[in-house]
Amino acid sequence: MKTFKGKVLFLDRSDINTDEIIPARYLTEVSKEALKPYLLEDLKLDGFNPKSDIEGKGVIVTRANFGCGSSREHAPWALEVNGINVVIAPSFARIFRQNMFNCGMIALELPEEAIDHLFKNYREKETEIEVDLSSNMVIVRSEGKEERIPFSLKAFDRALVEAGGWVEYANKKY
Amino acid sequence: MGKTLVEKIFETHVIDMPDENVYVLKVDMVFCHEITTPVAIDDLVSRGLDRVFDPTKIKAVIDHVTPAKDTQTAIQGKILRDWARRHRIEDFFDVGRNGVCHALFPEKGFVRPGYVIIMGDSHTCTHGAFGAFAAGVGTTDLEVGILKGVCAFKEPKTLRIEVKGRLKPGVFAKDVILSIIGRIGVNGATDRVIEFSGELIEQMSMDSRMTLSNMAVEAGATSGVIAPDMITVEYLWPFIKNEFSSKEEACDEYSKWHSDADAKFDEVIVHDVSDLEPLTTYGYKPDQVKPVREMEGTKIDQVYIGSCTNGRLEDLRIAAEVLKGKRISESVRAIVSPATPEVYKKALKEGIIQIFMDAGFCVTNPTCGACLGMSNGVLAPGEVCAATTNRNFHGRMGKGGMVHLVSPATAAASAIAGYLTNSELFKG
Ligand code: SF4
Repeated sequence: MKTFKGKVLFLDRSDINTDEIIPARYLTEVSKEALKPYLLEDLKLDGFNPKSDIEGKGVIVTRANFGCGSSREHAPWALEVNGINVVIAPSFARIFRQNMFNCGMIALELPEEAIDHLFKNYREKETEIEVDLSSNMVIVRSEGKEERIPFSLKAFDRALVEAGGWVEYANKKY
Repeated sequence: MGKTLVEKIFETHVIDMPDENVYVLKVDMVFCHEITTPVAIDDLVSRGLDRVFDPTKIKAVIDHVTPAKDTQTAIQGKILRDWARRHRIEDFFDVGRNGVCHALFPEKGFVRPGYVIIMGDSHTCTHGAFGAFAAGVGTTDLEVGILKGVCAFKEPKTLRIEVKGRLKPGVFAKDVILSIIGRIGVNGATDRVIEFSGELIEQMSMDSRMTLSNMAVEAGATSGVIAPDMITVEYLWPFIKNEFSSKEEACDEYSKWHSDADAKFDEVIVHDVSDLEPLTTYGYKPDQVKPVREMEGTKIDQVYIGSCTNGRLEDLRIAAEVLKGKRISESVRAIVSPATPEVYKKALKEGIIQIFMDAGFCVTNPTCGACLGMSNGVLAPGEVCAATTNRNFHGRMGKGGMVHLVSPATAAASAIAGYLTNSELFKG
């Protein structure tokens, strides 16, 4: 299983599409690792600088409909090779969400209010988030304090994460 | 209790339910192209699982960048080609026979009402126009599809859109779907299937229906389905004529893939298009839609006619009607990319290619190319393109470029004018 914790990258915009996450011009890369420098290169978001803002982050907190558009699994891969295995949002585009779990990563849906709360209280601070699958808690740590937010995950999604992905799961079962 | 078209397909294809509302479906077709499949192939090889579940149910094409433009795209093509040969995948379409996947595969007769189809491409929803459950998936789903012939889906609810009214002259399926996306938003149908219905749809050609279904994903939909009817049968007839004694019999048989009259839809909306005028997008999201009239005069650098949305024969015919006897503006470069060799050949025969060339268009081979900013018409930063494609995302046709999504008629008229404008076909 992958690890699901790290410093938080806050992306305060809805409908961030997979072309923004990883532009098509890099889809000719044959290795996942080669995608690393290009993550979020075309993101339309004031004040965001991919060159400096991604380094060292492990979790993304963002707004609704993250990952819409193209089906490219290069989007989760580009996150993965940058050490980001978790995206937390109020909702996701279907294919992106499935791709995350298929790769053994987590696309975690939290209620709109919880996301607002995270943005309001933590976006200006250095914050670390851990998604703890054993207690079903999102653990938020910042300035020496800790907060816990409960979540629920469908059994099937959890099984994919635990199996390490859909290929592992399906190859055993079907 | 009646069932929806999609419920019927799920019910007949389910082999496992690993969780509440999660269906593992048997797939009838797995479509492949050279951008998302090679990674799946490499991964299967490295796991020692280099097998395919059924070579007759896998169809593959090199379409996104073709002929190869550099070493990397040549390698992508080669991985797909070698794999197709090694597994005896007979329906593999290489340079010379290749075209944009969602135009090519229906044209080859690989789609049937009631099928479950997956492909590592979000616009796989296009094939829903035939009454199939066709959905785009990522590389891992594709990999499992290739290996096992199965794919897991949450059963999508159905958003039925009843399209009401008649279109004014010069208003097309592209304008209809843009108006729908503009109305419900890029998130309006997420985790749902859109079922297009209504009198207008019943009269639409398959080419137009595919334009509608193609862009369902721009509203987040899993697929865009249309109940099969005589128009579907006519299109498929060359491929199904040995299965049925008459077209009526085929139509009758396919009617089992209709939503029942008492089916329960998640939502039904009535969408009146009587007053619809030609539309364009203005921002970086496909739901940012306005009448072309309001954007009239917006300067453009390039016009692009093609793609899985609007690169079919009907689209080229419409554009040619506008272009006939005219020249494009000196300030614009214009590109037309017939979606398949068949479209290209027919367009040649009908004199359409001549019209495009006389007008000053560059005619490319069938390929995705510029649609996703990979080749054949990439924009420079700051440049603006009127395109018949489906995505106006930031950087989609080239870093820093701006895309306005329009119908072929609007694209052609704008090429002549040098700025966004309605075509003469539009009688507002
Ligand atoms: S034409 Fe464009 S949208 Fe269609 S499959 Fe090709 S790249 Fe994708």
